[in-house]
Amino acid sequence: MIAGVIAVVLLLAVAAYACGGGTDYGAGFWDLTAGGAERGKRPRRLIDHAMAPVWEVNNVWLIFVLVIMWTGFPVFFQQVFVTMWLPLALAAVGTVLRGAGFALRKQVRRLAGRRLYGALFAVASLLTPFFLGAAAGGVASGRVTSTTTASTDAWANPTSLLFGLLAIAATASLGAVFLAADARRFAVPDLDGYFRRRALGALAALAVLAVITLVVTHGDAPHVWHGLTHGVGLFFVVVAALGTVATGWLLTRPSGAWSRVTAVGTVASAILAWGMAQRPYLVPTSLTVAEGAGAHTTLRWLGLVTLVALVLVVPAVALLYWLDTQGELESLTDADLRGAGTGDEG
Amino acid sequence: MHTVLSLADVPPQTLPARSMMAFTLASHIILVPLGVALPLITLIMHGYGLRRNDATALLLARRWSAVMAVQFAIGVVTGTVLSFEFGLLWPGMLGRWGDVFGIGFGVEAWAFFLEAVLIAVYLYGWRRLPARTHFLLGLPLPFAALLGAFGILAANSWMNTPRGFTLDSAGNPVDVNIWKAIFTPMFGPQYWHFVVAMFVTAGYVVAGVYATGWLRGRRDRYHRLGFTVPFTLAAVFTPVQFVLGDSIARQVFHKQPVKFAAMEIVWKTDTHQPEYLYGRLHPNGSISGGIRIPQLDSILAGFRPDTKVTGLTSVPASDRPTAAQATIAHFAFDTMVFIGSLLILLALWYAVVWLRRRRLPASPWFYRVAACAGVASVAAVECGWITTEVGRQPWIVYQNMRVAEAVTSTRAGGLWLMFGLVIVVYVFVFGSFLAVLLKMRSRWRKADATGGPPPETPETDTPYGPRSAGRFL
Repeated sequence: MIAGVIAVVLLLAVAAYACGGGTDYGAGFWDLTAGGAERGKRPRRLIDHAMAPVWEVNNVWLIFVLVIMWTGFPVFFQQVFVTMWLPLALAAVGTVLRGAGFALRKQVRRLAGRRLYGALFAVASLLTPFFLGAAAGGVASGRVTSTTTASTDAWANPTSLLFGLLAIAATASLGAVFLAADARRFAVPDLDGYFRRRALGALAALAVLAVITLVVTHGDAPHVWHGLTHGVGLFFVVVAALGTVATGWLLTRPSGAWSRVTAVGTVASAILAWGMAQRPYLVPTSLTVAEGAGAHTTLRWLGLVTLVALVLVVPAVALLYWLDTQGELESLTDADLRGAGTGDEG
Repeated sequence: MHTVLSLADVPPQTLPARSMMAFTLASHIILVPLGVALPLITLIMHGYGLRRNDATALLLARRWSAVMAVQFAIGVVTGTVLSFEFGLLWPGMLGRWGDVFGIGFGVEAWAFFLEAVLIAVYLYGWRRLPARTHFLLGLPLPFAALLGAFGILAANSWMNTPRGFTLDSAGNPVDVNIWKAIFTPMFGPQYWHFVVAMFVTAGYVVAGVYATGWLRGRRDRYHRLGFTVPFTLAAVFTPVQFVLGDSIARQVFHKQPVKFAAMEIVWKTDTHQPEYLYGRLHPNGSISGGIRIPQLDSILAGFRPDTKVTGLTSVPASDRPTAAQATIAHFAFDTMVFIGSLLILLALWYAVVWLRRRRLPASPWFYRVAACAGVASVAAVECGWITTEVGRQPWIVYQNMRVAEAVTSTRAGGLWLMFGLVIVVYVFVFGSFLAVLLKMRSRWRKADATGGPPPETPETDTPYGPRSAGRFL
């Protein structure tokens, strides 16, 4: 019982990371594809501005996912990290390059330097979700087992490949939808259109990939396929499909309002569909939730810690996003940092 | 589980895994003192500035928060790497013990989450939020940092004195008691020793920057304030740390006697143990070099020369650190104590001048030492960490799991390759971090010297840049 609850918490954390972190990776994807230094200057600047105050928060979800995995389901954690060693190691390196590249690139004034940091950030934004997706695909197709050792066929398989590509398409869609909204917020209509077109393209790619994934999982991950086409799994698949259509429709409307909500709903439903389709397994047909669960006392405490933390963190995150959308959050400029107290409070 | 492993049984991937973990942790630790204590120091300066309506203090607080922004960003990524490494390098430890000691990380993850939110609000709130609201929203930051440290130290102290479980016939932990697993015997001593170390180190590091400025002739109020606030904090905590450090050493003596033997290179269990300042332990038990002080080790451990101190040979060779590891732990321990003693003298100097003359010391030698105190404290932090980790060898979970049992089955070649990649990436990231800090410094110095408005281009902003709409139009 408690193991099931913690498994749901884990799934929700994965969904939160896919949406929060995904938006971030998506911004990086569009940074990569924005073209040369001159042509891509304005979209890149918007990406910098939009990501700034929230990217760390978005990426902390990943740490939470890892902690729930090793505390709640230690055996599962061990199996995933042994079998999926290479993709996860590359994802870790990608995370470093991405964070550091993003944080440091604005400091560099010379164009060549900015290109280097920018390229690191952008390429890592593409590779990190791919490898995380590939690892998830290895889990979904049951290739993570206690006897498998790290080898390429554990993660270079059709399901992993498609999950990786799906991750990229999903992050790209989220990123473009959010950047379009930011462009509207900063009153830059041409960039709004620019990102809306890209969001529609990414959504189309996402839809095509999702259909291919359904076909491929039929043979490659039969348990998940069955789950996706029946019961709760099917329900979330339908919600995700409706969400995709709704997002596409909203993006063609003049105001574009609510497109962020539907986009997040789409990605979250897709993750939930996958999780529900795996029931009752952590790794389909070799490790059930009950088998992989840690000590009951620990799970109960983990649930309690999560609950207490939600009480503390939810208001704080709400405050952050609220302040951010109210335009109350602005970074310090050089004028604030030079002498003679030019700031508001000086 | 308690199978006897000889040294030959240590799988070849242990060395690269260990090296990589050591390298990434040592790098991350450099950022930790500022991560834990810089918010507090900045808030003290901020509060002082608001109360006295002091523009200089507020300018310092703003600049420190600009540094915090970069430092926190790098800390987030190097910290994320560490959580990946638990799985990539030590899946055996987490697979068996994750549900016993992992809960601390759960607390830490949420505390860190809270910290990330609060720090974002604080860093980006300077311009638009009302002054008082902004300050009040920043106030919970030091507490979130202390909560995060709670989680990490709970996990680490559990590895030193594992409790809160019983082993079934197959050697798997059952009957987990979370409360006992968090509050293990070493938790209290480790936690307070760590937290105070962070305050002391961050204080000396920040003050060191302004001490350097003072030595170069910049002796205005800005530099005096920037020096005094962090230095006073560090100086007040230095003697506290000395007492805490002495206490934790005695706790190790009681709870992890073999680790204590390694720290003090004690070979045979005996009373009237001499203390060695440095000196090398050889595999046959002989000691070369170092200064030998008769009886002192026994006196330090139990206040009496006839205190019996456990030696390394009290356990089989496979259950204790090797002579080389003991020597490393001993060197690190002595270096930490040596640096701590010097810092006490520095704090004393500061206190005496302050009490007698009510001013800062005037001697350039004071500032020369103060300028080095920051680097020295970071070195002491690294030494303390080496002492506790190397002294625990060959155990990853003291007396319950060996490092060799926990290591990943990934081939050594792959690990060495990954380690090489990680070194390249970290050298690049930390090099860039340093370059950014130096650039910020020279830019501010230039702005202070000219006094004129700096060129307002996005390129000159701190990492995240301004968010005003006008820049796109």
